[in-house]
Amino acid sequence: MRRFSWFNATSLTLGFAFLYLPMIILVIFSFNSSQLVTVWAGFSTKWYGELFQNEAFLDAAWVTLKVAFVSSTLAAVLGTMAAYVLVRGGRFMGRTLFSGMIYAPLVMPEVITGLSLLLLFIGIGLDRGILTIVLAHTTFSMCYVSVVVSSRLVSFDRSLEEAALDLGCSPMDAFRLVTLPIIAPAVISGWLLAFTLSLDDLVIASFTAGPSATTLPIKIWSSIRLGVSPEINALSTILISIVTVGVISASLASKSAAVRREREMRAAERAEA
Amino acid sequence: MSDTVFTPWDDPGQEPLIQFKNVTKRFGDFTAIDNLTQDIYAKEFFALLGPSGCGKTTMMRMLGGFETPTEGQILIAGQDMSNVPPNKRAVNMMFQSYALFPHLSIFENIAFGLKREGKSKPEIEERVSEMLRLTRLEKFARRKPHQISGGQRQRVALARSLAKAPKLLLLDEPLGALDKKLRQDTQFELMDIQEKTGTTFVIVTHDQEEAMTVASRVAVMDEGRIVQVATPADIYEKPNSVYVADFIGDVNIIEGHATRAGDGYDITFALGAPKLHAKTSTDLGPEGKCALAIRPEKVSISAKKPAKAVNAVEGEIIDIAYLGNISTYHVQLAGGQMVKGQAANTQRLERRQFTWEDRVWLSWTDTAAVVLEG
Repeated sequence: MRRFSWFNATSLTLGFAFLYLPMIILVIFSFNSSQLVTVWAGFSTKWYGELFQNEAFLDAAWVTLKVAFVSSTLAAVLGTMAAYVLVRGGRFMGRTLFSGMIYAPLVMPEVITGLSLLLLFIGIGLDRGILTIVLAHTTFSMCYVSVVVSSRLVSFDRSLEEAALDLGCSPMDAFRLVTLPIIAPAVISGWLLAFTLSLDDLVIASFTAGPSATTLPIKIWSSIRLGVSPEINALSTILISIVTVGVISASLASKSAAVRREREMRAAERAEA
Repeated sequence: MSDTVFTPWDDPGQEPLIQFKNVTKRFGDFTAIDNLTQDIYAKEFFALLGPSGCGKTTMMRMLGGFETPTEGQILIAGQDMSNVPPNKRAVNMMFQSYALFPHLSIFENIAFGLKREGKSKPEIEERVSEMLRLTRLEKFARRKPHQISGGQRQRVALARSLAKAPKLLLLDEPLGALDKKLRQDTQFELMDIQEKTGTTFVIVTHDQEEAMTVASRVAVMDEGRIVQVATPADIYEKPNSVYVADFIGDVNIIEGHATRAGDGYDITFALGAPKLHAKTSTDLGPEGKCALAIRPEKVSISAKKPAKAVNAVEGEIIDIAYLGNISTYHVQLAGGQMVKGQAANTQRLERRQFTWEDRVWLSWTDTAAVVLEG
């Protein structure tokens, strides 16, 4: 083991402070009893109570969840299909072009994506609302799913699919019964990624949202312009806790699964010897 | 075993199960299979043997339906298979990586093909239990593939590919991932199962010992062609080319000039060296270039020139490979030619007869060597 030096300790502290200090301040002030966000006046949970009375925030949160759920599901389906064709489809005309194009939105500035979608929706006369946000989010998040799924497919033993065909599966059945269950973890993490991207998105949503539907990030952004309210701190604290619990439990689950698997494999080899 | 020897390939009345008819397979510029014609009969244990890249795996994948011939035809039970996809063939394959479905239990893995056939639940259960018994896996039915050992996984793969009772089972390097001891046990198990089920097996391997052990016939392949097809004994004792002789087992190759003499040929291989004689049915014409292939175990080693030996040459021991039960002596003849001879170690090591730099005589009979075109 290398010694834990003062230098290491300092850089670690600075790094974590840089990352988490703003969030910690936000969380602390969400429990402030004062209306002023910069002056501490004692502990209180009243802003949480007021938040749950605020129809506008709750509506926006509900819209956001609906949009995130539908768009990430669509993105998971489309992204998986795209990844499958690009990895397994063999050679076809324009394959390189397609695989380049599917990754392009990853580096495309969001403003441009948002603007072009807005122009498209106006062009085809689609009223802006939940539907347009869903379409926009699906468009930009499916390429993330496709990246995650194709990296899994590349390392996937192709003979598993051949074995399924060999045992009487049609290509469709082989995909449904063998490929999909095996790549499911990648599809799920793709879905989660798309879900968080959609929850988080402000730029594209503000281009494609209409008066009938506002998402939470837009709502927060617009209410900040009227002055920061402690309610927003409370809301952010809730979001931070959800994300923290989600991330920690997901990593614990995957780690314990890996440990169990490792132990079982060793036990099987020992039993043989 | 029946009292008649199993040789359907010698019976012109037998209908082959598999027929390769002038099959060529190209991948781009690379010719993997070059105008190959071969029959394989029902209940055979047919081994495709060759170095990597010789086309043996391509041949097997074409039988499984994973590749289609560029030219020519493959018939199984008289039916042209060109447009039959893998899932419509009465052929199953055991994959080199085993390709067990990691998300299914051992039971479900074996039942997989039966479910596709739409068999009833009790039927599936009965067949799977039968397969589990056959491969001695009853205890592991509920486990997942990662919860069993390599050897057990190999048996699951075999059970799964046999469950549908295919006419033809393809085995792609089935024992490659096992260690030597387990591999030898499994070879006999495979032969046993093949006999019990009466399935035709085609096995791909690069391990010549494995091919010799399990197969009824061995096809030695090189660069997309079959060089020789014969029983393991004939492949070993009567190779038809230097390539086959050299690929299977250990061999001495002596190149020389042959002149017809009696019922065979006299061979001169070096200036001043004694003429060798070999009986053969090979016809090289009255004279010509030839290669003699002699297995080291057929070469005896002695201190004095044996009185009656047809072929006897003198040389010096350069190297001794001690293998426990036998020793192989590498002897250099006067002209520089190296010849290997083997002797069983019937005496304890410290009483060994020969040692390095000893002058010794090597001798063999007139039927020991195979005369090949040089």
